[in-house]
Amino acid sequence: MSAASHAGPHPHGAAPDGHDVHDGEAPHGSLQGYVIGFVLSVILTAVPFWLVMAHVFKSPTATAFIVMAFAGVQIVVHMIYFLHMTPQAQGGWNLLALIFTLVLVTIALAGSMWVMYHLNNNMMPTSAMTMGNDAGGPTMGQGDMSGMQMAPPASARDPRTLP
Amino acid sequence: MLGFWIYLMSDCLIFAALFATYAVLGTSYAGGPSQAELFKLPTVALNTSMLLLSSITYGFAMLAMAKGNKSATLIWLGITGLFGAAFVGLELQEFAELFRDGATPQRSAFLSSFFALVGTHGLHVSLGIIWLITLMVQVGRKGLIEANRRRLMCLSLFWHFLDVIWIGVFSFVYLIGVLR
Repeated sequence: MSAASHAGPHPHGAAPDGHDVHDGEAPHGSLQGYVIGFVLSVILTAVPFWLVMAHVFKSPTATAFIVMAFAGVQIVVHMIYFLHMTPQAQGGWNLLALIFTLVLVTIALAGSMWVMYHLNNNMMPTSAMTMGNDAGGPTMGQGDMSGMQMAPPASARDPRTLP
Repeated sequence: MLGFWIYLMSDCLIFAALFATYAVLGTSYAGGPSQAELFKLPTVALNTSMLLLSSITYGFAMLAMAKGNKSATLIWLGITGLFGAAFVGLELQEFAELFRDGATPQRSAFLSSFFALVGTHGLHVSLGIIWLITLMVQVGRKGLIEANRRRLMCLSLFWHFLDVIWIGVFSFVYLIGVLR
């Protein structure tokens, strides 16, 4: 990280991968890096498409998990080879901002799905299953359900589809 | 550059919110069509390859810039723009087919969240192409001066970032959507 060796514009002909990158500057990467990243990305894209389009696995859940795993790996590949993320980039602030963002993204995604899944379950307007428990339920829930029962059965399974 | 990275991270949060919305509403069909009935995976595969190719050609533009080769930089930027335009064109064609089949954003919560997420990504790519053309004009007139190098590096981050978001879109929305 010697700033003195790299104060001016880029020296022409210097190996892009080997040169020092000081704090104010992003690396350009190297031809080798881009090609490796591209080949890995092609593989990591083609395999999930093949798994889904050729119905390789019988279980959709298993396929879904593998597809997401491939996506996760490919995102890391892009981060390293295309976005040139290193722990040293911008004095480490790039990585710190990324980690902070990933924490927020995880909370937003996992939190939304978790909360809304439970909300859906608790507000489920299915008549047969909850009919017996109606007396014990909260009054607000009953009010909602009486509204739900007027809806056609197809849309009644999901409270959000009601007008 | 750090400032632009912070912007990208905030953009990432916008997409996180849109992904979360889609994750929650993606199965609310309101009796309308589902992912498996609407999505054509060969088109999505072609779309994905266009964006991936544009990513590596942008990388080649950056390598040409590092060597100080102005004309090679402009040629690779032009190729990147064409791949980007092909991506947007294919996406617009897909949207037009969906609209023709009555699968509009108003049809169901699933389609609202789908168009919000994929549309926002497509809008980002479109604006990226406009930015790319602007920079090509600037590089053409002023050459690879320090300010233009910085701008090209910012656009590089933006462009590759959009490809990262697209990984999430084609995996989570299209591939897993069709599995449902």
